[in-house]
This record gives sequence, C-alpha cells and structure tokens, in this order.
Amino acid sequence: MDFDAIRMIWVRDLIRHFRDKVRLLGSITRPVLWLLIMGTGLRAAFNVHGISYTHFIFPGIIAMNLIFAAMISTISIIWDREFGFLREILVAPIPRSSIVLGKALSGSTVAFIEGLFVLVFAPFIKIHIPLISLLLLLPLMFLIAFVCTSMGIVIAARMTSFEGFGVISNFVIMPMFFLSGAMFPIDNLPHWISFVIRINPLTYGVDLLRWNTLGIKTFALYIDFMFLAIFSIIMLGIGVFEFSKTN
Amino acid sequence: MSKHFGQVIAVDNISFEVGKGEIFGFLGPNGAGKTTTINILCTLLMPSAGEATVNGFNVVNFPNEVRRSIGIIFQDPSLDERLTAYENLNFHGMIYHLPSKARKARIEEVLNIVGLHSKKDYIVRTFSGGMKRRLEIARGLMHRPHILFLDEPTTGLDPQTRQHIWEYIISLSQKEKITIFLTTHYMDEAEICQRVGIIDHGKIVDLDTPGALKNKYNVSSLNDVFLEATGRDIREEESDEKEQLGQFLRARSKLR
Repeated sequence: MDFDAIRMIWVRDLIRHFRDKVRLLGSITRPVLWLLIMGTGLRAAFNVHGISYTHFIFPGIIAMNLIFAAMISTISIIWDREFGFLREILVAPIPRSSIVLGKALSGSTVAFIEGLFVLVFAPFIKIHIPLISLLLLLPLMFLIAFVCTSMGIVIAARMTSFEGFGVISNFVIMPMFFLSGAMFPIDNLPHWISFVIRINPLTYGVDLLRWNTLGIKTFALYIDFMFLAIFSIIMLGIGVFEFSKTN
Repeated sequence: MSKHFGQVIAVDNISFEVGKGEIFGFLGPNGAGKTTTINILCTLLMPSAGEATVNGFNVVNFPNEVRRSIGIIFQDPSLDERLTAYENLNFHGMIYHLPSKARKARIEEVLNIVGLHSKKDYIVRTFSGGMKRRLEIARGLMHRPHILFLDEPTTGLDPQTRQHIWEYIISLSQKEKITIFLTTHYMDEAEICQRVGIIDHGKIVDLDTPGALKNKYNVSSLNDVFLEATGRDIREEESDEKEQLGQFLRARSKLR
C-alpha cells in the first residue's frame, strides 16, 4: 500500500469536487424531490409496517443519494483518461491497487457527504434519530458509499466515453435503486423480482439503514455485512485488474 | 523489441541503445511507432516480443523501478486543468514520495526554471498552450529523473517558446547529466541531438549522429535526411474513437 499516493488521489478528487458548485446542487435537489414531493404525495396511499410512507422511504433516499454520488464521482476516471491526467498517475511509481483504493476512498467520501445532506431533512419529516443511532449511521453510510463507488470504478474503467457511462449508469443506478427496497417493502413480491432484489448490494445497504433509523429489518445483520463486503472486494479486485492492463 | 496490436505491427523488431547523459532524438513520420516505443519504455504498454531496459531495469519485471527513474512530457497534455500550477506540482511530488519540505523547495526551484513562479496559484485552465507545456516540463523534472522522455514537447508552440524550451533542455542535460530521449517533427530541433534514430513503419531505418547521417545521404540538413530516409508520401495517423472524443470535448470546452 502506498499511502502517499492514496492521500494524493483522495485530496485531489475532493479539491476538484468542491470547486464544482453545480454538482452540489444536484445532491440537494434530489432528496427534496423524492422525500418531500414523492413522499408527501404517496403518503395517503401507502402505510407500510404501520409507519408513514415518508418515514419508510427516508433510509432509501439516503441510499439513493449515496449511490448517485458514488457513481457520478467515478466519472472522474473517464475524465482523467480523456484529458490525459490518468497517464500522469499510471507512469508514477504507485501500485495499481493504491490507485483503485484512492479512487474508492475519494468517491466514498464525496458520496458520504452528499448522503449527509439527506439527514438535514430528517427534522422536516419528523424523524428523530438518537445520537447513538447517528454514530452508527455514519459508518454504515460510508460503507454503502464505498460499495457503490467500487462498482462505479469497474464500470468507469471499462468505459471509453462519457455518453456510454451515462447510459450504463442509468441502466445500473435506477434499477438498483428501485429494486433495493428503497421505495417499497420487499416481502411478498413475485419470485423473479425477489431474486433480483436479493442479488442487489444496495438491498442490503437499505436494509442496514432502515434497521438503524426505523428499527425495521428483513435480513440478518451478518448477511448484510457479508454481502456488502464480498461484493466490494470482488469489485475492487476487478478494478485493480482493469488498471493493471498494459496491452 | 516488437509491439503488435492485433494484426497491426506498430513496432517491428527494433533494437537500440541510448547512453547515459546522451540527448537522443527519435524521429519518424506520423504513425511510425514513436509514441508506442515511448509508451513501452515508460511501462504504459508491454512489448509483445523482445525486451527493454531503462536505467538498468527491465520494463516488464521492474515497472516501479523504471517509473521512479523517468520523467515524461507527453505528446498530449496531462495536467489537471482544474488545479493550480502549484497543486499540480505538489501532487506530483507526493506520488513520487518527496518529503513535504523538499517538495516545497523543489516546487519553487522548478517553477523558476520554467519561469512560471508568478503564476503558481493560477488554475491551469487559464494558461496558454506554451505555459502548460512549461508547467509539464517543470512537473517532469520535479522528482529529478535520470531519464527524461519528451514526446513532441514543442508541437503547437510559438518560436520563442520553442527556443526557450530547447535552450533549457540542453542546459539541463549538461548540468544535471540527465539522459534525454525526445521525439519531434521539427527537424531543425533534432540538430541538438548527439544521435538520432529514424523510425518508419515500425522499423529503425537509420541511426547515427546528425553529421554522419547528412554525409551518408549527401544532404545539408536533417530535414533532407529525414525525407530521403522515409520518403515523401504523406502519412495517415489513425485516430481511434477515444482520441476523437477527446478532441471533440477539448474543442467544446474551448468554445465555452
């Protein structure tokens, strides 16, 4: 592990991120749209597990901001390749695993911060998160951000254009979000849909968040953690392989 | 050493040596295999056959040792245009493990060398082409490489900047005994080389001192040597999809 290099990649990506003010806007409008408008509109029609719909989707909206921000942050890989900066990184004496880890950490940090914006809305929809839960919620959010970023890295490393990434990420982000239990309970669903939900890493992330914020749970804790850990390790492994290619 | 991309042979069984402290020119028409060769020597590509050794290290077996030994100024810009000049250099120093204090001192030093000290806190996007090139050269020198690769470092620059850059490169090779491996399309620039190799269709067609080559072809300039050795046909350089997109995006961001 090359900590200098990891730090460099991390700091650089954060500097770039916070110089770009427009992106911050997206991460604030997204939860407003979903939580306040969708949540309020559908509240009358749904009543899940005896709690209000707005409350039910709250952890899902956190997960949504995490996955969106994580995937978008990995576009920087395509960006760097197009504008040459990736070569500066690749000819430097850095283990390829440190490049991938640096990218995964910077993307997770950005996504984590954007996930925090959703928490600001908690008082408006009358969700109270005790301090103890909040302390656990933050590392959980970072974990989910990390898993999503590692997946984004694999996609971005294989993409050659921004347009391609847009298409792929829509094919990935939207289905992953909808089929994660973020918007509706995942018990009593048809077989095929239930299968897709079970292989979706975000499902386990949403499960953890909902357990933490509302005390509702579908899977055992160890299943959530194991699935997320194994998934991100596989993704990081593929990512390192992609960055090591010299053909 | 050879390099194939599928059916295409980019570098065809070439063999040469560059001495320590030498200024070596690697010349050839577009698509002749210059950049592919440089990419292999700087570990971005693997040779398909044969081997290459840089600063005593095999590029396949010891890529990190090779990477530590070299500095590169790429043909296309590779700066982070959203960072300041100082940040670009500072990050470069970080990934080459310069300690914080030495890094700061070295940044001052290289900025003065290329005359960009007053611009150090400006975002690189606001720089002209010549300033960006100079910053890239400064960055390539940050970690005191043993070998400096310059892939068409003066393309698109005005004569003043070109002159300035070459004077600097010559003084560098004399003062710091850095080996310089350069490619260029400007044959008058190649005159400063101690030896030049001419590559065409992936093969080295000639390799000698500029004087000896001029004698061999009985001409008065390297430009004529080049035309004699490689013919007068205009070459097509294949631009892949990625490069086209990059060009498109660059053009678009300039319009904005």
